[in-house]
Amino acid sequence: MAAITSHQRATPPGRRVKALIDELWRDKAGFAGILMIAALILMASAAPLIAPYSPTTQDLRMRLAPPVWEPNGSWKHLLGTDHLGRDVLSRVIHGSRVSLTVGVAVVLLAGTFGVMLGLIAGYRGGRIDSFIMRWIDTQVAFPGLLIALIILAVIGPSMLTVILVLSLNGWMVYGRLTRGAVLSVRQTAYVEAAEMVGCSAARVVFRHILPNLTSPLLTLAILEFARIVLAEAALSFLGMGIQPPATSWGLDVATGKNYMFRAWWLVTFPGIAISFTVLAINLVASWMRLISDPQEREKQFARQMRALRKKRASHALQETPSS
Amino acid sequence: MGRYFLKRLLQGVAVILGVTVLVFVVTRLVGDPVKVMLPLEATAEQRAAFEKQLGLDRPIWIQFADFADGLSRFEFGDSLWQRRPAMEIVFEKLPLTLGLAFMGIGLAFFLAIPLGIIAALRPGGASDRSTVFLSLIGLSVPQFWLGLLLIVVFAVQLGWLPTSGVDTPAHYIMPTITMALPALARLVMIVRSSMIDELNQQYVKTCFAKGLSFYRVVGVHALRNASLPVVTLCGWELIRAVAGYSVVVETVFAWPGLGLTAIQAIEREDLILLQAIVFTVAILVVLINILMDMVYKAIDPRLKIA
Repeated sequence: MAAITSHQRATPPGRRVKALIDELWRDKAGFAGILMIAALILMASAAPLIAPYSPTTQDLRMRLAPPVWEPNGSWKHLLGTDHLGRDVLSRVIHGSRVSLTVGVAVVLLAGTFGVMLGLIAGYRGGRIDSFIMRWIDTQVAFPGLLIALIILAVIGPSMLTVILVLSLNGWMVYGRLTRGAVLSVRQTAYVEAAEMVGCSAARVVFRHILPNLTSPLLTLAILEFARIVLAEAALSFLGMGIQPPATSWGLDVATGKNYMFRAWWLVTFPGIAISFTVLAINLVASWMRLISDPQEREKQFARQMRALRKKRASHALQETPSS
Repeated sequence: MGRYFLKRLLQGVAVILGVTVLVFVVTRLVGDPVKVMLPLEATAEQRAAFEKQLGLDRPIWIQFADFADGLSRFEFGDSLWQRRPAMEIVFEKLPLTLGLAFMGIGLAFFLAIPLGIIAALRPGGASDRSTVFLSLIGLSVPQFWLGLLLIVVFAVQLGWLPTSGVDTPAHYIMPTITMALPALARLVMIVRSSMIDELNQQYVKTCFAKGLSFYRVVGVHALRNASLPVVTLCGWELIRAVAGYSVVVETVFAWPGLGLTAIQAIEREDLILLQAIVFTVAILVVLINILMDMVYKAIDPRLKIA
């Protein structure tokens, strides 16, 4: 028997990509979210090229300059400057790097750990399973932010410690989701068949079980990414996250807070940057959830059919009198 | 049912034990409390005296036994910053934090129910789409930033409301709104989706068919069944508010509760006060969890038999 090649699959990969793009285009909000994220990634990776100034260059003669459209604004600093004369636009552009780095690192770290423990718990079962689940139940009930603050206070805040602390607090959701999904897939015929023909445990888990978890895990990872961006901003705002002279949106809001009464632009623009980033991720996540949930797909299909029937019926009505 | 609660209680004890061990390990083993709490220019004699004062010169297991013994009697020692028992400060600040959390989540709950129902009546309609979009925005705006924007607009520009403090009822308005927003966004979504599910059930058709009024069917029959996930989520939101949001909201509005005190304790390197706060909040989280279980059982008659 010849091996099944990719040509013999029901849908060739090229058409699958096109179908995905079509589907994305149908959900305009999700499409906008993808565009925003793409723009953000571009902005973060090319920050030194796009930003008009370095985020740390001080211009002490131009302190607290307002944005360009305000009475005293100048074209030199489009979004104004802060209390040290640093360009707000450049700082916002560079701040995207921190948010994205922390977000990606935490999702990868917490996701890997959580998925691993979830796979072990679900596949092994028995005592290991109940131990891991107790551990998760216990840690979920910890006051996460306060534990994070106490750890950061003792070992000192930095980008690395923020990543570690947020991963420590966030792996449990992946573990729970993975374990549940493994339990439901374990009993299926193809997994039992794979075990029967003598596949190693690792092969069964990674080759036959894990691919089933891709879409729920991806949706969860995107949602977690949004949560992490907000958490990093909050920690930096509280002074326990990214430390100066590094740049972070949350940190900039915190410094802007002291000048809130004279310079509204200092708190406003980094805040807008955080909101837009998180909104874009949330839009993509809700689109992902719609297309990866079979029930939702069914509903959507039913809606389309109903709309089609309506259209046909109205066409028929229009055509009857003329004929 | 008794066995179930015993299990939950044991789980609660495990949580508190876990937090205790974690806090102990972090403060005593990972970090050096003497280095954190004393200024850099302290002499070796001062360090040794301080170590002796805190009992840090003893073996680690004796330190832990002492630590756990203190916890069981709610004693953490004196706050290094205020020079009085840490728990005294905690009990002083606790009502303000709990008050703000309950008001914020209460506001979110009472707004989320009507908004979610209106959205669920016509899924995909204009009111539904705008509700979903607005709650997505509500989920995306950082809480601390929302608070600062409220201050800029209503306190600085318009001058209607005070910026910070707790003296009059007007001081409660902006912190409560800020506290409520993320919870409101999540609650609206869950009310909406569980109401949509319930309204598609057969019993709703039966109710309409036997001639019950629209308000009775939606507001009593469907809402009661849809309220179970909402109550669960409300409990989680309350926990989030006490254990997380309070730190942020209290910092923004200088609200003198536990959250702001935690930040001040960090700034003044007062690990003893910080430990007392973390421990108290962990107990609160466990208590709210058990309370929510009881509420859940009270409103779902199916669980009484089990």
